[in-house]
Amino acid sequence: MKNLKIAIASGKGGTGKTTIAVNLYHTLVKQNKQNILLVDCDVEEPNDALFFSDAEVIGETSITHLVPEINIEKCTFCRKCVEYCEYNAITVIPPVKYAEVATDLCHSCGACLYACDFDAITEKPFEIGKMIRYQTQNGAGLTEGRLNVGLAFQTPVIRHVKKVTKNHDGIIIYDAPPGTSCSVVSTIADVDFVILGTEPTPFGLHDLKLAVEVVRNLEKSFGIVINKAHLGDDKIYKYLEEKEIPLLVEIPFQREIAEKYAESQILSNVVDGYEDYYLQMIDNMFKLLN
Amino acid sequence: MIREITVLSGKGGTGKTTITAALASLAKNTVFTDCDVDAADLHLLLQPDIYERHAFESGTKAIIDTVSCNGCGICEVACRFDAISKLKGDTYHVNAFKCEGCRLCERICPVDAITSVPSMNNFWYVSNTRFGKLVHAHMGPGEENSGKLVSVVRKKAKEIAQQENSDIIINDGPPGIGCPVIASLTGVGRVIMVIEPTKSGLHDASRLVELTKKFGIKTFAIINKSDLHSGISDLIETELFKLNIDLLGKIPFDDDFIKAMISGKTIVEYAPDSRSAILLNQFWKRIMMD
Repeated sequence: MKNLKIAIASGKGGTGKTTIAVNLYHTLVKQNKQNILLVDCDVEEPNDALFFSDAEVIGETSITHLVPEINIEKCTFCRKCVEYCEYNAITVIPPVKYAEVATDLCHSCGACLYACDFDAITEKPFEIGKMIRYQTQNGAGLTEGRLNVGLAFQTPVIRHVKKVTKNHDGIIIYDAPPGTSCSVVSTIADVDFVILGTEPTPFGLHDLKLAVEVVRNLEKSFGIVINKAHLGDDKIYKYLEEKEIPLLVEIPFQREIAEKYAESQILSNVVDGYEDYYLQMIDNMFKLLN
Repeated sequence: MIREITVLSGKGGTGKTTITAALASLAKNTVFTDCDVDAADLHLLLQPDIYERHAFESGTKAIIDTVSCNGCGICEVACRFDAISKLKGDTYHVNAFKCEGCRLCERICPVDAITSVPSMNNFWYVSNTRFGKLVHAHMGPGEENSGKLVSVVRKKAKEIAQQENSDIIINDGPPGIGCPVIASLTGVGRVIMVIEPTKSGLHDASRLVELTKKFGIKTFAIINKSDLHSGISDLIETELFKLNIDLLGKIPFDDDFIKAMISGKTIVEYAPDSRSAILLNQFWKRIMMD
């Protein structure tokens, strides 16, 4: 079988992305599919590792991007770099010979380097997050991106983690962040299949529609998983039918599932019949992929 | 003095919006915002009557004119976002989803083949609702700068609150701890954190507390769906105590929240005598006495 990239996304938060990602990983590994790798791209709130209590950390690296530093000795305070910076990250006040970069606003685009005619700007690495690799009992393990608290650079952290893992030989499962913004697009832009998790409530349906707009814009093959089925109303089913969107599987709301999830347990290990939902999900996904 | 409160959670789907809407039923003389701009749901319960619409320019995207492009490739080398690649033939094109609008390519193109166009895919609105004014937004899929859009929404809410002599602004926040979350909590007086009793909920709330502490904002907590796992709920209570976070109380799982959502109402309107509504009333009084 050829290599495959799958992303789990949702629009609305709390609809089961992480649950789907970790249980899908577990089920695929158990099925003996080749070399499965799980990548946690929900870098603001990475939770996948909580579900592998026996996983061993086998590597932790700092994720940095380059931020400019202005050498006051060489700077002529011409303000050309200020003009070049689209993110208002540079402040230069000529009368008092002040030139400073706000590292929390800098996107690391490098435009100021081109702007400076006096060689006064150099770059230094600035840590924006971490990449942590975990070895799991079976499978190729988990790679997690973790944004440093207080920074707004979720997308560069995701980009880094994806760049490092993209040549993995086998199947990659990406757990995406909630929402529909740039960080979600970065996660799903290059995948072969997107699984959208949702719940049958007005909020779930509303945000699912936004997520569908994103995956359709990106021309991705995708399918839906309805979690907490029977908890809300049936409008979501009508929507899927009308728009001809494939439903991969629906998983009913059960207190037992909620409880075991709360404990960060792999559900297919502890809830009777739960694995069947995943076998059905995988089966339907491969049908759509072929 | 206007009091500004933001409802956050770290983890998605813990009940931020349902609780914000319940507070809307209880708060007097208040302006509301939906700062979850990429998956906004508050309007589904507040049913706004929009009276002002504005486009929001979220930055620019580069476009390459393939006629004047001479195929030199300087832009591809300079772009740090891997947004520029070669098309069939000898010209280059920009992947709009990857472009962060730094305009470096435009500045260095030797044949002036690159221009930047504003991305106008975002909108924000001012509305009347049965509880007061609401400022909300709709962000186009995959858009950048959700943080800036949040700032625009909050700024407008502040203006309205000043004009109308409102006492309070309540912001319904986004999930996570990244860019839009930071934009929705800078300068507010209080944060209300909605936590669910799961290990993921605790992990994510801890990162959020780290963030609110960094910004020096007093944070209240509510444990929602508390009986889905009473053990973890107790564990969270202990952690909150250690962190010196004021726990307003616990709300047991209540499917009236979903029924209320389906009928487009807040829990306080739908089931005013329910335990959940009574609890929320108590919490709101506590916050107001603070």
